[in-house]
Amino acid sequence: MSTAYEPVIGLEIHVQLGTRTKMFCGCELSFGDPPNTHTCPVCLGMPGTLPTINREAVRLGLMIGMALGGELDDRLVFHRKSYFYPDLPKGYQISQFDRPLVSGGSLGDVRLERVHLEEDAAKLTHLGESGRIGGSTASVVDYNRGGTPLAEIVTRPDIHSAEQASSWLRLLRETLRQLGVSDVNMEEGSLRCDANISIRPVGTDGLGTKTELKNMNSFRFIEQGINAEVARQTRIVQDGGRVEQETLHFDPRSGSITSLRSKEGSHDYRYFPEPDLPPVAVPTELFDLARAAIPELPLDREARYVDVHGLNDESARLLAFRRELGDYYEATVAAAGATPDGEAAPDGVTRPAEPADDPADTRRQIANWIGNDLVRRLTAEDADDDAAGDPQASKVTPQALAALVALVRAKSITRKAGGQVLDALVAEGGEPAAIVERDGLAAIGGGDELRPVVQAALDANPDVVEKLRSGNMKPIGVIVGAVMKETRGRADAGAVTQLAREILGL
Amino acid sequence: MIDRDTVRHVAALSRLELHDDEVEPMARELSAVLGHIETIAELDLDGVAPTTDVVVARSGLRPDEPHVSLTRDAAVDQAPDASDDGFRVPSPQA
Amino acid sequence: MTDPTTLSAVDQVAALRAGDLDAAGLFAAYRERAAADDTNSFTWLADGPDDAAAAVPDGARARSVDGPEPTFDVPADDALSVRGLPVAVKDLFCVTGVPTASCSELLRGYRPPHTATAVARLQAGGATVLGKTNQDEFAMGSSNENSAFGAVLNPWDRTRVPGGSSGGSAAAVAAGLAPVALGTDTGGSVRQPAALCGVVGLKPTYGSVSRFGMIAFASSLDQAGVLARDVRDAALVLAHLTGAADPRDSTSIGWQGDALGLPSADRLDGLRIGVPTDLLGEGIDPGVRASFDAALRTAEELGASIVEITLPHARHALAAYYVIAPAEASSNLARFDGVRYGNRAAADDLVSLYTRTRHDGFGPEVRRRIMLGTFALSAGYYDAYYGRAQQVRTKVVEDFATAHEQVDLIATPTSPTVAWGLGERTDDPWAMYRADVMTLPQSLAGVPAISIPCGLDDGLPVGLQLSGPAFGEPRILDAAHALERAIGFDGTPPRSGRTGEGGAGGADATSGGGAA
Repeated sequence: MSTAYEPVIGLEIHVQLGTRTKMFCGCELSFGDPPNTHTCPVCLGMPGTLPTINREAVRLGLMIGMALGGELDDRLVFHRKSYFYPDLPKGYQISQFDRPLVSGGSLGDVRLERVHLEEDAAKLTHLGESGRIGGSTASVVDYNRGGTPLAEIVTRPDIHSAEQASSWLRLLRETLRQLGVSDVNMEEGSLRCDANISIRPVGTDGLGTKTELKNMNSFRFIEQGINAEVARQTRIVQDGGRVEQETLHFDPRSGSITSLRSKEGSHDYRYFPEPDLPPVAVPTELFDLARAAIPELPLDREARYVDVHGLNDESARLLAFRRELGDYYEATVAAAGATPDGEAAPDGVTRPAEPADDPADTRRQIANWIGNDLVRRLTAEDADDDAAGDPQASKVTPQALAALVALVRAKSITRKAGGQVLDALVAEGGEPAAIVERDGLAAIGGGDELRPVVQAALDANPDVVEKLRSGNMKPIGVIVGAVMKETRGRADAGAVTQLAREILGL
Repeated sequence: MIDRDTVRHVAALSRLELHDDEVEPMARELSAVLGHIETIAELDLDGVAPTTDVVVARSGLRPDEPHVSLTRDAAVDQAPDASDDGFRVPSPQA
Repeated sequence: MTDPTTLSAVDQVAALRAGDLDAAGLFAAYRERAAADDTNSFTWLADGPDDAAAAVPDGARARSVDGPEPTFDVPADDALSVRGLPVAVKDLFCVTGVPTASCSELLRGYRPPHTATAVARLQAGGATVLGKTNQDEFAMGSSNENSAFGAVLNPWDRTRVPGGSSGGSAAAVAAGLAPVALGTDTGGSVRQPAALCGVVGLKPTYGSVSRFGMIAFASSLDQAGVLARDVRDAALVLAHLTGAADPRDSTSIGWQGDALGLPSADRLDGLRIGVPTDLLGEGIDPGVRASFDAALRTAEELGASIVEITLPHARHALAAYYVIAPAEASSNLARFDGVRYGNRAAADDLVSLYTRTRHDGFGPEVRRRIMLGTFALSAGYYDAYYGRAQQVRTKVVEDFATAHEQVDLIATPTSPTVAWGLGERTDDPWAMYRADVMTLPQSLAGVPAISIPCGLDDGLPVGLQLSGPAFGEPRILDAAHALERAIGFDGTPPRSGRTGEGGAGGADATSGGGAA
């Protein structure tokens, strides 16, 4: 019998901070501008230049530390990490080593090792055959990105599957996005992830030899890459081999993993204290500024939606993890007069004179309408899941959605007709009541109006009636369908069934 | 003290080419200097904090305000080999 | 009128202010002398007073490196004006558009797009750049023989070294080719050549002068300094180098001492001068020792008391320095890779591009120090070398603090020997390194120090070093000024200087191998 193995995974995430200028010089950050138009003697590593620390980068780093519950250092201590590469203009990267800005902390079920500040490398582009230097193909270096402030977030090895890695990373990205410290765009490289991966027999505590899988730039690649590496390690171990400590690259196109180990042997980064940046106290006002700028974070919001708003886990997570949905939800809840006691309604929302009759149910309905119906209508089919579908930018006002939900809850319209009203709201805006009136979507009320239609449907389907009489209620759907067709969806399915039973004396 | 292999390793770390006839003299010179330096090994320095800087830095962090960057022409002006695309180097993968 | 180049800088600017001298004429007079220089002190000469201010490459003109074009607090006192004063500048100071190579083959022809704050401050005060002076490559050396631009000859004896690394600056001032010069001092690189060339060399408190635009050797030790004919001239320049902290240099902390002016003291009453007996044991030339002792007696005659002190760890400063400085240098010089600027060796692959560019571009001493520093920082050796050296540095700092509880200033010979013969120590690095044994402790402690000429040993100048606590420059300058007047050293080298074979006899009589 072969041993079962489980992966042990830690992540290292590089986050480009959303400052205006670079970490150690005043060049403006850019993306997509012509090469080498955002450089200066400092970020080109010209002789005689010196780094100066960007205050805003420190503030954003503190915000990350506070949001993740880590211990904040009150001194800024930088080291030099030395290696030669064309994307590193000074021959060393200024980073933090034994005194990171943030130590410890956690997010969800994953503990954090540290968060530290450093500078990004420049962009190296391989020209391939189009440019040659001597007998070799050429690359070009664009230093625009070089020196961009980075926060490196390092987790403990608390992750045990590729899926967990990817879902935790989504949580981290959303947390960082809502903090406003970065635009966390993986395609543009403002959020990049490396994974340290080892395996061990299930049920054991030890740590195997780990490999480092570099720079996976989408959630899908992260899952695929980790799964591929776990499979590779498992094969090696099961074949009696040993995993070697090395740095690896995952190629998502081929699904293959290749070693990045340089020809120059093992890395020796020769860390030593950066003598151009003597340790400096973090100004106390930066702590205050950072603390004051921290909004409610996704996990806290999720908990509030479950505990206070009474939403189910799925709705709560969706609304909490997409701040624009959460904000829109709360505005709609306020417009519906269903804001929980003790909670303030968001600014700018007119509350109704009368509170909702059942606020908890109203909130659940609103959450459903937003999470299911509205988001689906607003999201273009091929759009990235997190970019599209902001209801705040749609024609559907919170007041309109609140009114729509009230109409459905009061059975003034059916849920299906409500969907048609929502279609109209998304397309042209307006008031639900007016749309119902204009399009004749009001629910067919009690028996007086509906009874003849049901009677007609029964009359037209004698075979169905026979089965119903014999106790087989399955074909009732045929009757309901016929009624719906006749009433263009305005009838309530429950009411139709009830009437059919009455007419047939069942 | 410091042998030829160490010299070659350190030269590789330093990205310094050493010709074959330069390795032995370098090993000899470095060994001589290190021999003098190793006198500090005899000092009792237990518990002594290291001094990395002799100034207490002022807390003058830089405001996050952009300065004027160099033009692209000025940036590449001193480069041995550059084009509009950037500074040219042999590909690392070559 | 008399030849203006015979006047002190203080007198020159006074004459300029009074209208007795015009700036263009003064500049031209020095330009002419410098062009006829036979000591190889200069690597580049400006054509005129505005040359260095105007030689700006396209695209870089009027562009500041960081933030708005910096404005500097120029001393308001007329007596401290430098308007119209030509200044020679050590090659490693970046000056926009002006060749700046730190005397390395790798950077030969490099023209930076930025100007060092130290130079810019002097320019803001109205001083002009006369030219760039020769130095040891990347300031690594004590003889100025490690220069891609050739060795500098000592104006007192052209068979001898001028000291280093600011050898060109010291020789230029000694030979009257410039009224004052900027140098840099990492372990003695201003004070030691000043001593060997018979001029004044001032190394200010670390952090008081911005390092921005100085091509770095060892960041935690490098400090801009002044070479001058007399102490007042050095004080004049210092007043311009210092001021508010430079926002472009995080190690620049602004002037925190008493106001700087021109020193005028002629007595030393009440001054306690410490003499560190543990540094004055063996290895000091008898002639140097004699001049030093005579200077101490002069100090006593002026009212000072001489106190024997100990700096127990100072003798380990040499070892600590030769770990810390090369370690920082190995990192500071990593940027010289032939990618963005500088000269590139032909290579087909990336690694060869680096290794050949750096082999061909760096001289032997620079390569040696890069190797030494890389070794000291490398895995497995860091704690034994770099870590320990930093602990020694702590002890050295403490030694000075303890000593200054007892004394105001500390006096030593600046160099254990007078100028030695060219080529005499080039095969023995440690003998060369020992030249800085008296100046390294102050560098590690970051404290200010000055070297003033205090006599001749067989016709070659001897330097007296006075150091004090951080920001103790005013007291150091006052004491140096009083001593300078009392000693009455004639800083003019013999008219022709000794040359070639003619000086060889004299050379044998002095330094010998004693210090090595």
